Amino acid sequence: MTEAEPLLGTVKESLGEAVLDSHAYRGDATILVAPESLQDVLLELRDGEKLRFNLLMDLTAVDYIEREPRFELVYHLAAIDVEPRGTEPCRMNQRLRVKAGVPADPCEVDSVVEIFPSADWMEREVWDMYGISFRGHPNLKRVLLYEEFKGHPLRKDYPKERRQPLIGPRN
Amino acid sequence: MGPSHPATHGTVKILLEIDGEEIVDMDVMVGYLHRGFEKECESGTWYQAIPYTDRLNYNSAILANLAYCMAVEKLLDCEMTPRCQWMRVMAGELSRVGDHLTRVGAACLELGAMTPFLYGIEARELIWDLQEGLCGARVTSNYVRIGGMQRDIPEGYLTRLSESLNEVEKLTSDFDKVVTSNRIFVDRFRNTGTLSKERLIEMAVTGPLLRAAGVPLDLRKAQPYLTYDEIDFDVPVGAIGDNFDRFLVCQEEINQSIRIIRQCIPVLEKTQGDPVNIDDPRVRWPAKDRVFGRMEELIQQFKGVTEGPRVPEGEAYAAVESANGELGFYVVSDGTGKPYKVRCRPPSFVNVAPMKEMLIGGMLADIVPTFDMINMIGGECDR
Repeated sequence: MTEAEPLLGTVKESLGEAVLDSHAYRGDATILVAPESLQDVLLELRDGEKLRFNLLMDLTAVDYIEREPRFELVYHLAAIDVEPRGTEPCRMNQRLRVKAGVPADPCEVDSVVEIFPSADWMEREVWDMYGISFRGHPNLKRVLLYEEFKGHPLRKDYPKERRQPLIGPRN
Repeated sequence: MGPSHPATHGTVKILLEIDGEEIVDMDVMVGYLHRGFEKECESGTWYQAIPYTDRLNYNSAILANLAYCMAVEKLLDCEMTPRCQWMRVMAGELSRVGDHLTRVGAACLELGAMTPFLYGIEARELIWDLQEGLCGARVTSNYVRIGGMQRDIPEGYLTRLSESLNEVEKLTSDFDKVVTSNRIFVDRFRNTGTLSKERLIEMAVTGPLLRAAGVPLDLRKAQPYLTYDEIDFDVPVGAIGDNFDRFLVCQEEINQSIRIIRQCIPVLEKTQGDPVNIDDPRVRWPAKDRVFGRMEELIQQFKGVTEGPRVPEGEAYAAVESANGELGFYVVSDGTGKPYKVRCRPPSFVNVAPMKEMLIGGMLADIVPTFDMINMIGGECDR
């Protein structure tokens, strides 16, 4: 696997000014980008020469309630060789974490389902848990909780003890 | 279909539109087992999250313990002792064998074959007895600790381990004879639930599902952790990625895991008596006789337990190859004894998402084998 520092060099070279900040911490390479540029950045990371991140492994958010912007979206990308080389197992070529700050209002960002189809359920989960809405998502509804649930439980201002009203049977 | 259906081991609701017995459209609804895992983790100390990880994939709890502890250790920047790493490999592979046995056994049961299920479950009992010998619990192990293990391997355990593995191999070979060449079984599995490897990668599906489609991606080889780079084992792959390939991949992975455990035994015998836990006062408590006899150690233990281990500020992501694919944890610390955020990258959740695509155009009867081979574990999918 490419070490974090040289990987960040390659990424910054390809993305140019889109990278607002970057760091390598405990071997993980991380870049920070603007939410408006997310689609362009992820497309370049997927298709760019020397990058070829073909897997969106994970998408989540973090609620930094006292910071501005309040939320941070965290994309975990990975690059593997798809074409088998004889009987050799695949290598994990590189991993990259892409972060983007999202303000509390408007709590909205462009969907990346078109670029990485695996984002479909992951974006639904972020909507469900954090209330961050994704523009252009084909089916943005709750995935783990039920439609009548009030609020978004992983926000830091949602108390752990809060109870939800009972809902009747449904067909 | 569902949420509680006798032919699915896992609570999921599938809304189906059918034409005769052909599936025209479907919608998969998950979340019936959501228990607020991440919210609960944020309210306890770093240590208090470990028992919750047991309850993610309860078929292979040790692997979830391991992934979580590895993420926290990455943030703490500490290296495990060699004995601890070998113990983790051994325990993790035991867990994987148990998971795969459940998967292949339950698949038979849900297709109406009771006998092979019992072969599988008998073998799983042996694995669970071995897990009980390690940590005192059969299912929810709570075995791995940040910076070490719950305890060392008990005396005489390794002999019992290798005897039990022989038994398990005999049972899996019997299982293989009953099932794999059975015409009725093969007809239900062959060419059902197929999805191309290109699409699986787009959907970020990992684990046996991806390997069955011909992509030999296994984190134990792709990005070796613990001592996997010193161990000899193969990564089985399938050809077309239908349910039958998935079934064969899982069966072969059981054999490969047993092969890995056999390689751990001599090393663990040789390192008998070596330290298991690291010597790091941030995460490990002092020995009990010192806690009860000395003031400083008493304070250290008290603060460690009540406030939790101080994990440096920052973020880290660590992943292991679990029985279902990449199981990762993304942890964020604000420098206190409690996690600011614990995100589990659940392979079950990601793998269930493309189930719809695997089944549209297929027959109603294909749902059960496909769902079995995806092996959605409600605890891990819904968290």
